[in-house]
Amino acid sequence: MSFEKFLFYAFSAVLIFAAVMVITRRNPVHSALYLVLAFFASAGVWLLAEAEFLAIVLVLVYVGAVMVLFLFVVMMLDVDQAAMRAGFIKMLPVGILIGLLIAGEIFMVVGPGTFGLDQVAAPERLPADAQNTAVLGSLLYTVYMYPFEVAAVLLLVAIIAAIGLTHRRRGDATKYIDVAKQVSVRKGEDRVKLVDVPSEEKMELK
Amino acid sequence: MIALSDYLILAAILFSLSIVGIFINRKNVIILLMCIELMLLAVNINFIAFSHFLGDAVGQVFVFFILTVAAAEAAIGLAILVVLFRNRRTINVEELDSLAG
Repeated sequence: MSFEKFLFYAFSAVLIFAAVMVITRRNPVHSALYLVLAFFASAGVWLLAEAEFLAIVLVLVYVGAVMVLFLFVVMMLDVDQAAMRAGFIKMLPVGILIGLLIAGEIFMVVGPGTFGLDQVAAPERLPADAQNTAVLGSLLYTVYMYPFEVAAVLLLVAIIAAIGLTHRRRGDATKYIDVAKQVSVRKGEDRVKLVDVPSEEKMELK
Repeated sequence: MIALSDYLILAAILFSLSIVGIFINRKNVIILLMCIELMLLAVNINFIAFSHFLGDAVGQVFVFFILTVAAAEAAIGLAILVVLFRNRRTINVEELDSLAG
């Protein structure tokens, strides 16, 4: 077994172990942390498939941003763990059955008989100075320019949607300056308020 | 050498594991979102494997876009979750029946 193959199986084993842990842990925080492990392991698998840029993007974007967001939300929400687990054991046999069924069906379609080394020969390894990022960038900024811009707009929409959904107006608790009101102040009655104060009654001295 | 079928079987196992996760954790929306992330990861492994074996970088461009969409989906999904919890004090799927579906 070559070293490359050993690396692939090691990363795959970690990935599958992490995925099993994600779906079986009682505490969602543990699930999120195992999902981080799954992303790291699959970044290793992607490195073996010569997708260096995407492997590092997976670590930076997913582990660095998305999973931190997940952990933040999981820790912010106070979730009743026991109620969430109800039906776990009841659904387990059905889930495993359907999972095995789907895995078996996909295996029959994409197994070694269809996509083995005999059918699809392994490609030549790229030279050490091959630039995966440059290849991807030259594709993204020429042929896929419009989809790239649409993706940027999509992210903008996601930012606006997330802020719009979670933003809370706080009634009168927040003091802020209304510029329009400040500008439209007129010289006389808005600035000076004349208040009638009743004069004091003369007190009787005894 | 690693065959293409090795990558595809790895992705298939990951995909079926996330389906099992959706079945057994169907009350907890957070875990459901994590399972969807795992599914997208499995699909991405397929894309990268085919891109590698066919010598065509377009597969990686697709993965790039899937990552973008998945990030947006996670952000909006979690935002909805926060609003849901603020209004109903629960994220149990069984109790979210105000639409009487």
